Amino acid sequence: MSSIISVSNLSKSYGSGFKALKGIDLDIKRGEIFGLLGPNGAGKTTLISIICGIVNPSQGSVSIGGHDIIRDYRAARSMIGLVPQELHTDAFESVWATVSFSRGLFGKPKNPAHIEKVLKDLSLWDKKDSKIITLSGGMKRRVMIAKALSHEPQILFLDEPTAGVDVELRKGMWEVVRTLQASGVTIILTTHYIEEAEEMADRIGVINKGEIILIEDKATLMQKLGKKHLTLQLQNKLDAIPETLAVYNLELSADGRAVTYDYDTKGDRTGITSLLSDLRNAGVRISDLDTKQSSLEDIFVSLVRVP
Amino acid sequence: MNYRAIQAIYLFEMARTWRTLLQSIVSPVVSTSLYFVVFGAAIGSRITEVEGVSYGTFIVPGLVMLSVLTQSIANASFGIYFPKFAGTIYEILSAPISYLEIVIGYVGAAATKSIILGLIILATAGLFVPLHINHPIWMLTFLVLTAVTFSLFGFIIGIWADGFEKLQMIPMLVVTPLTFLGGSFYSVNMLPQGWRTITLFNPVVYLISGFRWSFFEIADVSVAVSLGMTIGFLVICMAIVAWIFRTGYRLKN
Ligand SMILES: Nc1ncnc2c1ncn2[C@@H]1O[C@H](COP(=O)(O)OP(=O)(O)OP(=O)(O)O)[C@@H](O)[C@H]1O
Ligand SMILES: [Mg+2]
Repeated sequence: MSSIISVSNLSKSYGSGFKALKGIDLDIKRGEIFGLLGPNGAGKTTLISIICGIVNPSQGSVSIGGHDIIRDYRAARSMIGLVPQELHTDAFESVWATVSFSRGLFGKPKNPAHIEKVLKDLSLWDKKDSKIITLSGGMKRRVMIAKALSHEPQILFLDEPTAGVDVELRKGMWEVVRTLQASGVTIILTTHYIEEAEEMADRIGVINKGEIILIEDKATLMQKLGKKHLTLQLQNKLDAIPETLAVYNLELSADGRAVTYDYDTKGDRTGITSLLSDLRNAGVRISDLDTKQSSLEDIFVSLVRVP
Repeated sequence: MNYRAIQAIYLFEMARTWRTLLQSIVSPVVSTSLYFVVFGAAIGSRITEVEGVSYGTFIVPGLVMLSVLTQSIANASFGIYFPKFAGTIYEILSAPISYLEIVIGYVGAAATKSIILGLIILATAGLFVPLHINHPIWMLTFLVLTAVTFSLFGFIIGIWADGFEKLQMIPMLVVTPLTFLGGSFYSVNMLPQGWRTITLFNPVVYLISGFRWSFFEIADVSVAVSLGMTIGFLVICMAIVAWIFRTGYRLKN
């Protein structure tokens, strides 16, 4: 239905011939917070840069609210606010001037009340007359967010917004993000921190080596997180799982000295009790056991691991 | 047209100028005064007149052009190089503005600054020698055309340069020699025939000649040719800028 960003078959080769994006297809729904996860060099920034018009695509197309980013760049870009990953700010301008400049650049009439609100929301109001060069790194990042919000975008890109921002301010920042979402703004954020995506995003996409390898609702992902693994160390080496235990879908380790059982903590019954008695009946003796919860981290790591 | 964006860029760049007002005015004024002392007083005592104009007065248009040329290139190249270097260019590139608007903002501000400087130098020169401008409108036309053309040229250098050395290189190695050899301090007619022919390949000759004509009605080449060459160079620069933006050269790849 209403996707606000539609990326199709997007590829990018940099001048060196390096393929940073390989046929990306992605739809962002209006009003959602989308978390884009991926290791260093996965192509997150490249993808965002193309959508925002900073980098030329090599192939494929992107449309923003139905406007093609190349043919109809004015309409497309005026919907977007971008907070890039690197701290790129002017040095000698005041916070107020640089934020107002951004608004002008996007063709919006002056609106001091709006700028004031943005600066206050980001706890920058008392710094409004300071030269940017005198601010700390975390403050500079917030100035960049203020610049992106100065022109009232419908879509906000946050490329690793919390890098270098302390815990307290991070909370404040998330509050701003939530308020923005409540007012109808679509938000795309990239991060290396899984907890961050878990906390903030409605949907999560994982990108690796220029390819999207997973897109899922966070709720669905979290259900997978409900899974636990029970690992049983065996006293004697086992060559195969006995027939009588087939229903448990046990996994035998390579050395035959351990079996793993997956169960759902949220289910009515885990099946552990019956597994243990069935094991005894089959004559399998256990020397040790431990349980482990799979986290988004595990899913992530197993997804991006080189096969 | 996104006029607000043009205005934002223009005012931003002019604010940079005002911040460095003193140094951007003092240094050209001082160096112009030095030229007057060296060329006007020292050489002027030996060459009294060139084509009926006293030597001190004769070199004024050349001196103004010299500053306008170098300042236009310096302002515009730095103006666009710096955001590229500092990374703040991301915002310009992601804004809903056309290439034309970006160029008008940056080049307009750079040209404005060098025009103001040119006029200040002219006024300074008026303190040293008597000045009479026969065709003020043409004088302004040549001034503006030159400032815009070379600001465009500077803009190109600023985009092309990927280091501060390169930013300095073209002005140092190409523009300064061309201006000094372009008849700032002498009339091309004073050169032997061979040199005169070679000089005619130097675009700066046409600028200075036309500009000088608007003062004294004396010229090395005809005014129409001067005007044509200046506009021609302007068009070449515009074509290069258009190509840069169309291909994203050094900006979007
Ligand atoms: N201008 C460029 N020229 C050549 N290669 C580039 C350029 N920019 C990025 N790359 C390469 O493209 C790949 C993707 O980079 P990108 O910045 O998109 O990754 P990322 O997912 O944002 O990583 P990170 O998490 O470290 O920010 C990397 O291998 C990088 O080296
Ligand atoms: Mg990145």
